[in-house]
Amino acid sequence: MTQVPLPPPAATRDAPPCFVLDGQNVPFQPGETLIQAAHHAGHFIPHLCWSPEFAAHGSCRICTVKVNGRASAACTTLAAPGQTVENKTGELNAQRKTLLQMLFVEGNHFCPSCEKSGNCKLQATAYEVGMEGPHFEEFYPDRPVDASHPELLLDFNRCIVCELCVRASREVDHKNVFAIGGHGIGTHLLVNSPSGKLADTSMASGDHAAAVCPVGVILHKRQGFSVPIGERRYDAAPISETAQDDTP
Amino acid sequence: MLLSTHPSSPASAKVRELLARHHHAPSALVQMLRELQAALGWLPPAALQELASGLGVTLAHVQGVTGFYRFFHTRPVGDYRILFSDNITDHMLGSRELMADLCQRLGVAPGQTRADGRVSVATASCTGHCDQGPALLINHHQVLTQLDSARVAEMARLVEAQVPVTDWPSAWFDTQDQVRRADVLLGPALAPGLALAAAVARGPEGMLQEITQANLRGRGGAGFATGLKWALCRKAPGTEHIVVCNADEGEPGTFKDRVLLRSHADAVFEGMAIAAWVMGARRGFVYLRGEYRYLLEGLQAVLARRRAQGLLGNNIVGHPGFDFDIEIHLGAGAYVCGEESALIESLEGKRGTPRIRPPFPVEHGYMGHPTAVNNVETFCAAQQIAQHGGAWWAGIGTTASTGTKIHSVSGDCERPGLYEYPFGTRIGRILEDCGARNTQAVQVGGPSGLCVSASEFGRRMGFEDVPTAGAFMVFDRSRDMFSVARNFAQFFAHESCGFCTPCRVGTALVVKRMDKLAAGRGSRHDLDVLNELDKLLHTTTHCGLGASACNPLRDTVAKFRPTFEQHLQSLHFEPAFDLDAELSIARAVTGRDDAAAHMEKPA
Ligand SMILES: Cc1cc2nc3c(=O)[nH]c(=O)nc-3n(C[C@H](O)[C@H](O)[C@H](O)COP(=O)(O)O)c2cc1C
Ligand code: SF4
Ligand code: SF4
Ligand code: FES
Repeated sequence: MTQVPLPPPAATRDAPPCFVLDGQNVPFQPGETLIQAAHHAGHFIPHLCWSPEFAAHGSCRICTVKVNGRASAACTTLAAPGQTVENKTGELNAQRKTLLQMLFVEGNHFCPSCEKSGNCKLQATAYEVGMEGPHFEEFYPDRPVDASHPELLLDFNRCIVCELCVRASREVDHKNVFAIGGHGIGTHLLVNSPSGKLADTSMASGDHAAAVCPVGVILHKRQGFSVPIGERRYDAAPISETAQDDTP
Repeated sequence: MLLSTHPSSPASAKVRELLARHHHAPSALVQMLRELQAALGWLPPAALQELASGLGVTLAHVQGVTGFYRFFHTRPVGDYRILFSDNITDHMLGSRELMADLCQRLGVAPGQTRADGRVSVATASCTGHCDQGPALLINHHQVLTQLDSARVAEMARLVEAQVPVTDWPSAWFDTQDQVRRADVLLGPALAPGLALAAAVARGPEGMLQEITQANLRGRGGAGFATGLKWALCRKAPGTEHIVVCNADEGEPGTFKDRVLLRSHADAVFEGMAIAAWVMGARRGFVYLRGEYRYLLEGLQAVLARRRAQGLLGNNIVGHPGFDFDIEIHLGAGAYVCGEESALIESLEGKRGTPRIRPPFPVEHGYMGHPTAVNNVETFCAAQQIAQHGGAWWAGIGTTASTGTKIHSVSGDCERPGLYEYPFGTRIGRILEDCGARNTQAVQVGGPSGLCVSASEFGRRMGFEDVPTAGAFMVFDRSRDMFSVARNFAQFFAHESCGFCTPCRVGTALVVKRMDKLAAGRGSRHDLDVLNELDKLLHTTTHCGLGASACNPLRDTVAKFRPTFEQHLQSLHFEPAFDLDAELSIARAVTGRDDAAAHMEKPA
């Protein structure tokens, strides 16, 4: 059940409470999760379904850390004083690599020909943890592209069902363009229209949902490769260094 | 696509009737989909659209919920929808052969609807009748047990003759309780209201003390202290408190709750009312798994009688202000909905995805209200404790595991059925009592439980040694434990909710590896990969389903390694695909089949 944090010793009562992340003290506000506090303090915990602007989701499990020796998702675990959190360890990065490999083989990811290459969080995180190959057998699912919308393209082949677009469309755009369907390995993104096509929704290219996708599913048409590969966000610096720019 | 129903069509009329009866509440979505499908046979897109508009939610939301549950169909699935129970115990009793036989007689492929729309034949994870299998579920309503070829032949004839299921021989639907050993829970029932009056006499706090003193631990698997759960819920702030009975019983091999609900429903409801008394709850839900739909009318009748007896409703047992009533919600074929937070999501009409915790349901459960979720058997135990006191219960069983426990015994034994023993009973004793011979292994607690081999039959049932949610599946020495593990792997992959990466992809990868081993193409490398998947799932998944998905695999590899090694082709590496078979398309295209068009086979 809920862990009741011990009251801090009297001498430190005015200093903000801290937990220890890979040997360093990280201050936190009551109610913050490990990843929120780490992010604010400038530390990088790899993540895909978490974004500073939305409530935790807990689905990708890339942010799994060890809290006092027990595995736990950093995005759903509340920070508490006295926690010893391991993040950058060989064991955890190996686990992350396996989780990423799972995401890669589950969909169809051909990085060299992907418009998102260099801007993709999945790819950048895979570089970060040293993933060199798929390791598992590919599923090669059949996921047709939706090119119906005049300005946007949906290439479902790359969807990692992180629900960031679902949340952005619901909470920021107030449109509910997306939902999740199916179950098990058949879990997939749904578009809200009778035809199931994006063209028949109220989605606009300026919507936040169109910007939030961490991989190359939601793409703007006619902007392909406007920034050359090699000069893109994670080409310039690894994701561990760029993640701090993510608001808020 | 045509997406409007004609207002005068039966589908549209049904949707409007459902919307009115359920007060246009989105929380009733799963119940409405069930009823809609019962009326129409499937869920046509136009009806879903109309339902979405009526509820003020998006069509995609409704489709998302529909697509989550295994028993909902967005394509026509036949006037007769036949689902064979697919648990390993059903396989052992010949279900696979009988299903093939039925498909052949009806001229339909498994998983398909016959071209004339008459019938479809597929599988369901486990219908909860393992002691009298092979079993099947028809039209998501009636259960047929003890199938044999004669019955299958007659069934095929009735389907072809379009005889309604309600006119089929009623003896076919006679499910048995098969209580083989009764102790306090399965013994003679207490008169309705007696224990409840005792609880009221003690006062809510006094009653809570008895439960705490009884050291009762939940019977749904995790064994959480019931007294503590009720205390936490009771003191959690909220405008109202909710009591939920978890009657999802999805763990393959478990069928004790079915018998309690059919023959001891008074005890279950009385236990819920006692919980309500302790927590000050006014509303209770029974979440009944879809497979047990046939129990619904009986349960409703007991509820109605209890209302008439003053044991539900307002001023219960004549105590002013003790108001509590119970509603039954039906599931629709999703094992993960037994997980308490997924169950609550489903109760709220949504996809059954487990929630992030904390907050725990006792603080923030159904519609945000403090909610106590307990297993069916836990409520029966609470009734006994209210009647006889906590000290009495604590005197049964062991110190860490007090009271009795009901085991659902199936598989290779002479007398499958329910066996109730005090905790601390040896596994060997149960095997002797049920007439098991030459036993190789027992799967205790279902696929997510523990596989116990012969050298461990001296171990005892209880939270301190072999914990259990109730399943006790017996395998004699003629069984291939690899097939058992493979069946369980398929079960988890089929039941994964799909929310988190490790479980969604990992359980599917496990199945792929097991298929590869079954095809005789395995190597040591595959066992290593399985081991790696096991570790990953155990530590990184969002809920207990994924975390325990590799338990049976780990146990069987550890305890029955030779069985696994028999399925290995080499001790090194084998590709998942057959290189020569892959060339078959090229051979067909080129019209060649000479030796040079084949891969060289290594000697
Ligand atoms: C995947 C999964 C399935 C579960 N299925 C059931 C079930 O069918 N019945 C049940 O009582 N508990 C089930 N549980 C356990 C419940 O989450 C919960 O612990 C239990 O209902 C609490 O009741 P108790 O304290 O009386 O045991 C399941 C848990 C998981 C993780
Ligand atoms: S489309 Fe992108 S943002 Fe939406 S669920 Fe898929 S990966 Fe996530
Ligand atoms: S482990 Fe993850 S995918 Fe599996 S059932 Fe639980 S939440 Fe769903
Ligand atoms: S970032 Fe925590 S689970 Fe995805």
